[in-house]
Amino acid sequence: MITIPYTTALTTLFSYGLLFAFGQLRDLFRKFVEWWSSSNLHGYAPICLGLEDFYVRRLYLRIQDCFGRPIASAPDAWIDVVERYSNDYNKTLKRTTNTSKCLNLGSYNYLGFAAADEYCTPRVIESLKRFSPSTCSTRVDGGTTILHTQLEECVARFVGKPAAIVTGMGYVTNSAILPVLIGKGGLIISDSLNHNSIVNGARGSGATVRVFQHNTPSHLEEVLREQIAEGQPRTRRPWKKIIVVVEGIYSMEGELCKLPEIITVCKKYKAYTYLDEAHSIGAVGKTGRGVCELLGVDTADVDIMMGTFTKSFGSCGGYIAASKEVIEYLKYTCPAHLYATSISPPAAQQILSSIQVILGEDGSSRGAQKLARIRENSNFFRSELQKMGFEVLGDNDSPVMPIMLYNPAKIPAFSRECLKRNVAVVTVAFPATPLLLARARICISASHTREDLIKGLEVISQVGDLVGIKYFPAEPKKQQEEGRVKLE
Amino acid sequence: MASIVMDVMKTALDWVPGALNAPFARAVLFGVPIGGHYVVEALLVVVILFLLLQKSYKPPKKPLTEREVDELCEDWVPESLIPPITEEMNYEPPILESAAGPHTVIKGKEVVNFASANYLGLIGHEKLIESCTDALDKYGVGSCGPRGFYGTIDVHLDCESKIAKFLGTPDSILYSYGISTMFSAIPAFCKKGDIIVVDDGVHWGIQNGLHLSRSTIVYFKHNDMQSLESTLEKITRENKRASKMRRYIVVEALYQNSGKLAPLDVIIRLKEKYRFRVLLDESNSFGVLGESGRGLTEHFGVPVGKIDIITAAMGNALATCGGFCTGSVRVVDHQRLSSSGYVFSASLPPYLATAANTAIDLLEENPVLITKLRKNVALLWRGLAEIPGLSIASDPLSPLVYLKLKNSTGSFKKDSQLLQDIADHALNKDSVLVVASKRSTLDKCGLAAGIRLFVSAAHSESDLLKAAESLKRASELLLAGYN
Repeated sequence: MITIPYTTALTTLFSYGLLFAFGQLRDLFRKFVEWWSSSNLHGYAPICLGLEDFYVRRLYLRIQDCFGRPIASAPDAWIDVVERYSNDYNKTLKRTTNTSKCLNLGSYNYLGFAAADEYCTPRVIESLKRFSPSTCSTRVDGGTTILHTQLEECVARFVGKPAAIVTGMGYVTNSAILPVLIGKGGLIISDSLNHNSIVNGARGSGATVRVFQHNTPSHLEEVLREQIAEGQPRTRRPWKKIIVVVEGIYSMEGELCKLPEIITVCKKYKAYTYLDEAHSIGAVGKTGRGVCELLGVDTADVDIMMGTFTKSFGSCGGYIAASKEVIEYLKYTCPAHLYATSISPPAAQQILSSIQVILGEDGSSRGAQKLARIRENSNFFRSELQKMGFEVLGDNDSPVMPIMLYNPAKIPAFSRECLKRNVAVVTVAFPATPLLLARARICISASHTREDLIKGLEVISQVGDLVGIKYFPAEPKKQQEEGRVKLE
Repeated sequence: MASIVMDVMKTALDWVPGALNAPFARAVLFGVPIGGHYVVEALLVVVILFLLLQKSYKPPKKPLTEREVDELCEDWVPESLIPPITEEMNYEPPILESAAGPHTVIKGKEVVNFASANYLGLIGHEKLIESCTDALDKYGVGSCGPRGFYGTIDVHLDCESKIAKFLGTPDSILYSYGISTMFSAIPAFCKKGDIIVVDDGVHWGIQNGLHLSRSTIVYFKHNDMQSLESTLEKITRENKRASKMRRYIVVEALYQNSGKLAPLDVIIRLKEKYRFRVLLDESNSFGVLGESGRGLTEHFGVPVGKIDIITAAMGNALATCGGFCTGSVRVVDHQRLSSSGYVFSASLPPYLATAANTAIDLLEENPVLITKLRKNVALLWRGLAEIPGLSIASDPLSPLVYLKLKNSTGSFKKDSQLLQDIADHALNKDSVLVVASKRSTLDKCGLAAGIRLFVSAAHSESDLLKAAESLKRASELLLAGYN
């Protein structure tokens, strides 16, 4: 739960109100102009309806340059950000050939496998030469190479489940597998801040979806009791099955899931658990095995474990790990397995090699060092930020740390000022967060050195003073919590 | 006592006729004098007031007690997560020990591969591997972020402009997975209240997109233009508000589920007549159809601008992964913030974008690949001409050659089992890898099962003849009882 100070809430609302009013005014003129230059598309309804892209036209375009900045290097600790310019008030951005070297606090490169790696890269290139970039076929046809079967075994072993299935994209893993597991007459209870892929998967499944308050096991219990007692709406039949979907680390809050409590509740009410470890697998836990390891949950208690390879492993794709039967069933009928091109072999090799490094099977202790480093780095950075008086969300050990900005004007200000000082940060606004809760998000990597982090902290502190986002006094006090509006 | 009562009664009785005869009571309504109505009305008012003041009847509400809820929770038995595993679910796909080129290795044996949509034979191409190696050295494997958050690598932008330039469209947008292209692009443009007219043989990616859009979906018969026209006519006629809604026709250029070619000239005519927008999936036709591989629009000589939205997966002719969507600047820009598979997913690994770049270069430099592919398809057709028990259902131009049973058993499962037996036979006896179509339980497509052969420009004449002969032998043997 994020609390927002009264004055900040007021100024933020005022700012959005102003933007909205000006936007409407400009839209009014736009209507005249469009009517004047009558389009030749007579008889067609406009492809983007007026209000659908109002946000894009009138708000997003103004600060477009803070998003989607192209880079010209691997997303390592330091990146080459391509400079862009605009001749039409930010409507379009043109690339230049100039780049500036920036400290990367934005990529999900938790373990530092994004850049060329002494162990992984030679193996990846070898498998590229052996298997080519693609199989041009689905897993059930001619798209299963020995790498794919090795990968599935390796992932199952790493995660601690009997079997696993791998797909070529993390988003598709969620959105294509939920509909296989549950359908009409089933109930999905989803955390209110779950990722869009889960939302789409749940919507695509045809099951009823209920939401419980973010990371609140007590509310989950309440919802479960109510739903089991009431059964399906209208027909009042009992639910066929209930799946509770949670994430390991919430990417926009940096919070760890309260997994042990949630598992207890789910077990009590015979609901199945679906854990999305997109951000936590590889990044947390003593040996990188994710939140289960960190919080001491037996993986046998989680029915379905999902994760992606885009973050810690520096590759692409996603996996589902579960019992042998579930995986066999998924392999029989999951559309992502039957219809989608199989994961690119070099990418599969990258995952295999990086897991070997994490487990120390490469014959070095680099994996363990990386894991220790990410933890140290994250905790150092978080505590320093808190000491400076920023409002930082999330839990210790989590490499994701959002800094609250709130006011819309502070989004571009923070992002541009940081970039000017050669620090690349990610700012997150409306589609990904609630309108009032804009934030900057820092992702820490094991490839950051202590000097990198100190430089980053210096710049963020400077810019924080400039933009005015140190909402707490430098020495945070407990009383600050009072006198704030509760906002979800 | 009694006399008092009698007195009161008498006075009252005296008063009643008096009251009734009172001048004010003798109201005249339409010439009819009405007596004493005020008394009646007053009584009625009293009764109404009395009734109004009563509490309305509500059945007593008794919420479940905690104990009852406990019991209900205790009693509830969920279904198992998956249905029981049966024999048919157990399928082991062939495991490749080398690249999925025209020849590959399975169980240590070299086989001819007809299972990969490597239409142009680019798998294993030297230049492709070379450019990928450079990209891997420079950018690493993954992009570690969505496009919005430092996941945009310069090669993505190069690839986008290259695709747009190749197709002659204003702009294009890259997706990180082929199957997610359609199911993200459709919901970005179609919302509740819009109408989508769609072929009933489209692949699952499109079906899922339609479902997620929540629009009104109307199906027409697979590749049947009369059915399309009558559907459009009906919608336009029946729906008074149709002109205010967004209307789309969704078709595949080359159907993955049948190998049929969409007659784009007719579709364009109908689209313009009824004013629908067209979404065209060119996954299997991009790089294949047309003189220079620009797809269905080039094949029919239709200007590409007439198609509003084109999507394609790059895991076929381009021999890489991912997908793209192309169209006007507005169409593309709208997706950059509204398309969930683009916004909320990590971007395409840079080396795969480089591969796509190189593949398009190769295609532009070697148009002979397309003629070679066409020759190979014709060759296979000739080879399969008199195959017993099977017939070719696909278009003569389609590099996806689709063989279906002449006499279906009536059930998809049995058909596909039969075809799988043929495929297994071809693999085990003659080392030819072909695949029978499989269908997910989520897939609503109702087209017949078939054996799919993906012809490649890299197949040699002997490969094609070998496959044809092998299939003939296998079907003769295994379909003997079905004719």
